[in-house]
Amino acid sequence: MLVSLLLVAALPFLLFTGLYLKSFLLIHDYHLSDLLFSKEWKPASGKFGFYPFIIGSIWVTLLAMVISAPICMLTAIYVTQYTKKTMLRILHPAIDILAGIPSVVYGLWGILVIVPFISKYLGPLFGVKTMGYSILAAALVLSIMIIPFILNIIIEIFKSIPIELKEASLSLGATQWETIKHVLFKKALPGIIAAHGFGLARAFGETMAVMMVVGNVVKLPHGVFDPGYTLPALIANNYGEMMSIPRYDAALMFAALILLVVSFFFNLIMHFFIARYNKY
Amino acid sequence: MKELKIETRNLSFYYGNKLALNSVSFNMYANHVTALIGPSGCGKSTFLRTLNRMNDLIPGTRVDGEILIDGLNIYDKDIDVVNLRKKIGMVFQRSNPFAKSIYDNITYGPKINGIHKKEVLDEIVESSLKKAAIWEEVKDRLDHSALGLSGGQQQRLCIARALSVNPEILLMDEPASALDPISTGKIEELIFELKKTFTIIIVTHNMQQAARVSDYTAFFYMGEMVEYGKTKKIFTTPDKKQTEEYITGRFG
Ligand SMILES: Nc1ncnc2c1ncn2[C@@H]1O[C@H](COP(=O)(O)OP(=O)(O)OP(=O)(O)O)[C@@H](O)[C@H]1O
Ligand SMILES: [Mg+2]
Repeated sequence: MLVSLLLVAALPFLLFTGLYLKSFLLIHDYHLSDLLFSKEWKPASGKFGFYPFIIGSIWVTLLAMVISAPICMLTAIYVTQYTKKTMLRILHPAIDILAGIPSVVYGLWGILVIVPFISKYLGPLFGVKTMGYSILAAALVLSIMIIPFILNIIIEIFKSIPIELKEASLSLGATQWETIKHVLFKKALPGIIAAHGFGLARAFGETMAVMMVVGNVVKLPHGVFDPGYTLPALIANNYGEMMSIPRYDAALMFAALILLVVSFFFNLIMHFFIARYNKY
Repeated sequence: MKELKIETRNLSFYYGNKLALNSVSFNMYANHVTALIGPSGCGKSTFLRTLNRMNDLIPGTRVDGEILIDGLNIYDKDIDVVNLRKKIGMVFQRSNPFAKSIYDNITYGPKINGIHKKEVLDEIVESSLKKAAIWEEVKDRLDHSALGLSGGQQQRLCIARALSVNPEILLMDEPASALDPISTGKIEELIFELKKTFTIIIVTHNMQQAARVSDYTAFFYMGEMVEYGKTKKIFTTPDKKQTEEYITGRFG
């Protein structure tokens, strides 16, 4: 048991070392800042600029968060504070089903519904000509994927707040909404942030569904209707192909390394917030 | 002259199908302390919590009968519950400070009621904490989290918080259960002080305390209000055998 424990504990480290060694060829020959901030991606001529992928990933992820955060907050508050328990009993299975759908299905649904919706309606509405395959499409699909995930956590957090706190606030003459805003929300805040953090980490690493709708164009996006490319999509689309190009596989390893480091830092921050939440 | 403040008429209360209060009727007077006594589970907290409609929060509960405060039935459809609660302070059986600083715990109620001037709030914080006999212990760490306080300190903080909004009626559910004799003594002094202006209803398991602080006592047993009267009378020559047995410690 101890051995398996140590193995699991060592896994992230092993993974990191493996990726680092595999991408060493690239890291050794280029400046880190060039790799991260150069816009030129021409592997055949030895140009490895990851900037478009990094920016693409950030856009897609942040936009997905902006869409899902308010929906999750409002839904969680509504079902835990304003409705009867039966609503929650209906919502829970729905959430679980959504959370269990494989991402390739979300991707397909994105292609069939979201992409045409954007190219036919949303784009023209904003006066933009777009194929539909875009940052926005990826963000929409992503947000639908992470909403059940975040929502579940936030509902649990609100349910775990002792009723006594609510009673204390109401007994002082606060309204239901004042109570939610000043007492419950404040109490839940570290947990809410953590929940969104986990959602964000998931969104950042999501590969398949994003890859299917984001367009996969190596270009800095100038707006949400532009296509883009993300780090996970870069790896998934290209690994195993064009391996004859020198340093190409090292570059893909480097992309994986970035993902690993980012998710590591994210988890670190989230654990900090959870520790704070548990203290209360 | 004593002024009638709260009147219950055939008050019954149900948790689902479980009858927790059975047709309780008696009066509580302004500037007097009424003690609620009785064995665990007899419905004291339930009764107290019907007075500020705190039981509304518990799903599946039902109230029958009437509670009149200042002559108005508080379970009437067009009663504004928020306003009702503004004039009724409550100290809960389990202390429940907010996850905020000591200072913010006290200013929460006043702020809700629209007081935002720093000097006024400072003044409220100091006077409330002093009344609840906790000022000396916390005056140097008002910005610390209230959750870092000991159980007894939290209980006094919650008393201070209930006082912060200057209610007309104060409901106290075992406010001294976690307190040492000195703080308990201070809280009892406070109750003497407060009853000059407030109506106080207090639940207690401590018979001496009930005898010391209250003017009237109601004895509850299994959801019924068995006996009610002047505290002196209840504690010396109760009419009912059950009351006597409970007070002398032979059951409950
Ligand atoms: N939320 C609830 N749901 C269902 N039943 C409840 C609930 N709260 C209390 N009861 C029941 O109602 C009855 C009265 O409870 P109550 O809390 O009013 O008693 P109490 O006199 O305050 O007791 P104690 O001295 O132990 O605090 C008990 O039988 C209890 O089990
Ligand atoms: Mg009780």
